[in-house]
Amino acid sequence: MISRTRHPAEATDADAAALERNILTTTVERVVGWARSNSVWPVQFGLACCAIEMISAAQSRYDISRFGSELFRASPRQADLMIVSGRVSQKMAPVVKHIYEQMLEPKWVIAMGDCASCGGVFNNYALVQGVDKLIPVDVYVAGCPPRPEALLYGLTKLQELIAAGPAARSVR
Amino acid sequence: MTTGPDDLARAFAGLAEGEVRFRDERTLTVPRERIVEALRLAQQLAFVMLTDLTAIDRHPAEPRFEVMYLLTALDPPARLRLRAALPGADPAIATAVDVFAAANWLEREVFDMYGIRFIGHPDLKRILMPDDWEGHPLRKDYPLVEEPVQFFGHTPQPPSAIIPKTPPRPR
Amino acid sequence: MSELARETIVLNMGPHHPSTHGVLRLIVELEGEVILRTEPVIGYLHTGFEKEMETRTYHQNIVFPPRIEYLATMIEEHAYVLAVEKLLGIRPPRRAEVIRVVLAELSRIASHLVWLGTSAIDVNVTSLLMYCFNDRERILDILESVSGQRMMHGYMRIGGLQWDVPDGFSSRVGQVIEDIPRRLEEYERLLSDNLIWRERTEGVAVLTREDAVRYGCTGPIGRGSGLNYDVRKAFPYGGYEEYDFEVPLGRRGDAFDRYLVRMEEMRQSCRIIRQALDRLEPGPVLVDDRKVALPPRRELVRSMEAVIHQFKLVSEGIQPPAGEVYSAVESPRGEKGYFIVSDGSNRPVRVRVRSPSFNNLQALPLMIFRNYVADVVVAIASIDIILGDVDR
Repeated sequence: MISRTRHPAEATDADAAALERNILTTTVERVVGWARSNSVWPVQFGLACCAIEMISAAQSRYDISRFGSELFRASPRQADLMIVSGRVSQKMAPVVKHIYEQMLEPKWVIAMGDCASCGGVFNNYALVQGVDKLIPVDVYVAGCPPRPEALLYGLTKLQELIAAGPAARSVR
Repeated sequence: MTTGPDDLARAFAGLAEGEVRFRDERTLTVPRERIVEALRLAQQLAFVMLTDLTAIDRHPAEPRFEVMYLLTALDPPARLRLRAALPGADPAIATAVDVFAAANWLEREVFDMYGIRFIGHPDLKRILMPDDWEGHPLRKDYPLVEEPVQFFGHTPQPPSAIIPKTPPRPR
Repeated sequence: MSELARETIVLNMGPHHPSTHGVLRLIVELEGEVILRTEPVIGYLHTGFEKEMETRTYHQNIVFPPRIEYLATMIEEHAYVLAVEKLLGIRPPRRAEVIRVVLAELSRIASHLVWLGTSAIDVNVTSLLMYCFNDRERILDILESVSGQRMMHGYMRIGGLQWDVPDGFSSRVGQVIEDIPRRLEEYERLLSDNLIWRERTEGVAVLTREDAVRYGCTGPIGRGSGLNYDVRKAFPYGGYEEYDFEVPLGRRGDAFDRYLVRMEEMRQSCRIIRQALDRLEPGPVLVDDRKVALPPRRELVRSMEAVIHQFKLVSEGIQPPAGEVYSAVESPRGEKGYFIVSDGSNRPVRVRVRSPSFNNLQALPLMIFRNYVADVVVAIASIDIILGDVDR
């Protein structure tokens, strides 16, 4: 305990040890990164089959909320992660872009599943071959559909990326 | 009322141009000018539900398109298929919406995918593709539009060419 | 003042909406809160399945059906392989048929559980979603133990199954179907006597029996309106004629009746599975016809013919006779049919997927006419559409 009644010039070793134990110093980036990465709120953007696995990941067995994604927001303005789960058709492409643009910075994108990553099983006129043709993607989660655990692993990778701060996103 | 094959043959005599029996299914070919008449007749014969309405593109054979109507009777259960052949140039056929309300979206889909016009349809516009899409995707001369996979030092075959098509063996 | 009263609002429930169960867009014309006109806009998930399936062999096409109706994946595969088997004129061995029935009914229960959970959360009964998905996980564990995948199995083959079920399959499935009816009872206790649930679903989205026939609405929607049509009873397939089960019917055709129909269907599915497990006997799971199914690998070292058959099947695929077949199964949404046209080559000329959700959704404007805008969500939930099935 540091007593206020003593002058700082009279500080003892016990005081210095107490200071080390009770105060930590860090950078603003690390604190902000820690806060952002542990409270990533996805926007409800289920398109097709992968959406069912995304919902499974949010249920009690796999429980995405223990990673901070407690709520899937319906409004893109209140979300910071877009999990594109499912195939993006030609008709849906402008909608995906529109929703992405409505999200506020900082925002991240996980391309969940093979169809969102690269077109998946389908290679034809109707589908956009990978959502990264429309919006920048941070993490690709492969699988058709990826297991909920795979999605959670992708989310933890994204959390590492977010915690590392803006400099780590220099590729974007 | 049991619609045995003979009852059906009798009812459609003069209307059907041909009948095909394959694996316990009956397909009656009807001239396209009389399709609504045939559908109404089938509806009266207890085939009250239009289960499916679709088309086949037989390019390059002529007549190029065939519109298939799959009808189901509920009590006792029975199925019947009606087929109408359309030419490749400006394919058009009368709408079935007045007979079966289910034909509304089904005909829109056939129009979207094949370009077959249904005369008298209340709202014939695209349903699955974007509104400003050009072309009719399920036609045989419309390509699959496969995007080539990018590899370094190797050009893989597009997926649909890996196992090529064998020549057809007619019936 | 009377001009204001006659003005209508056009509301867009866009493709991105938390309660439309997929990417469905509704353009709703409202007078106050009462719905006058609805126009569903679909196509936001159009994948080009039918064209894609024309460019692959029959065996390669097994990959696509589970992705069409992604909640009832085994039923969808069943539908496709049954259609091809009908085209070929073969029947799989008995053990394969029985296992297929078990897996299809498990898929049906899993699909209805998802429907129940998502319908409940649309009406804000939030806890039920967790419970239903938890039960579904147990079924997915069984499906995973059988095929290796939780959802897109690729387990059924033309002429049977990919391989036999693992040991302990019967007891695992038996355990699950012991528990499911008990859980269903709990959920019914939560919902059926719940005033809020009844107020929100009774009298909402009514579809009369005549309209169901006119629009070709099959499945729980048709049966909720009193239309006694179940493909398993009307055109039995895959061994269903041997099983003893009832088809529940509703009377009023509202969302509540459809809810009761689906709950009862889950119980009847458990009944079918129990009967099927009793009929499960040892035997082959793949048909013996070497022109259709791959020979077992042991034979390849002994017989030159087997090697040639294997080579032909892998490099060319099966070549069914020329003709057209339509084969339907009862999916949790209605009559799911595959219309396959063959010209004798190794690729189909046309694969048409008769989608139950497409026809059912067509009746939506009729069902929510003169209902309140808050009932749209309940109506869509009660139709139980899958947009992958609607748009293909």
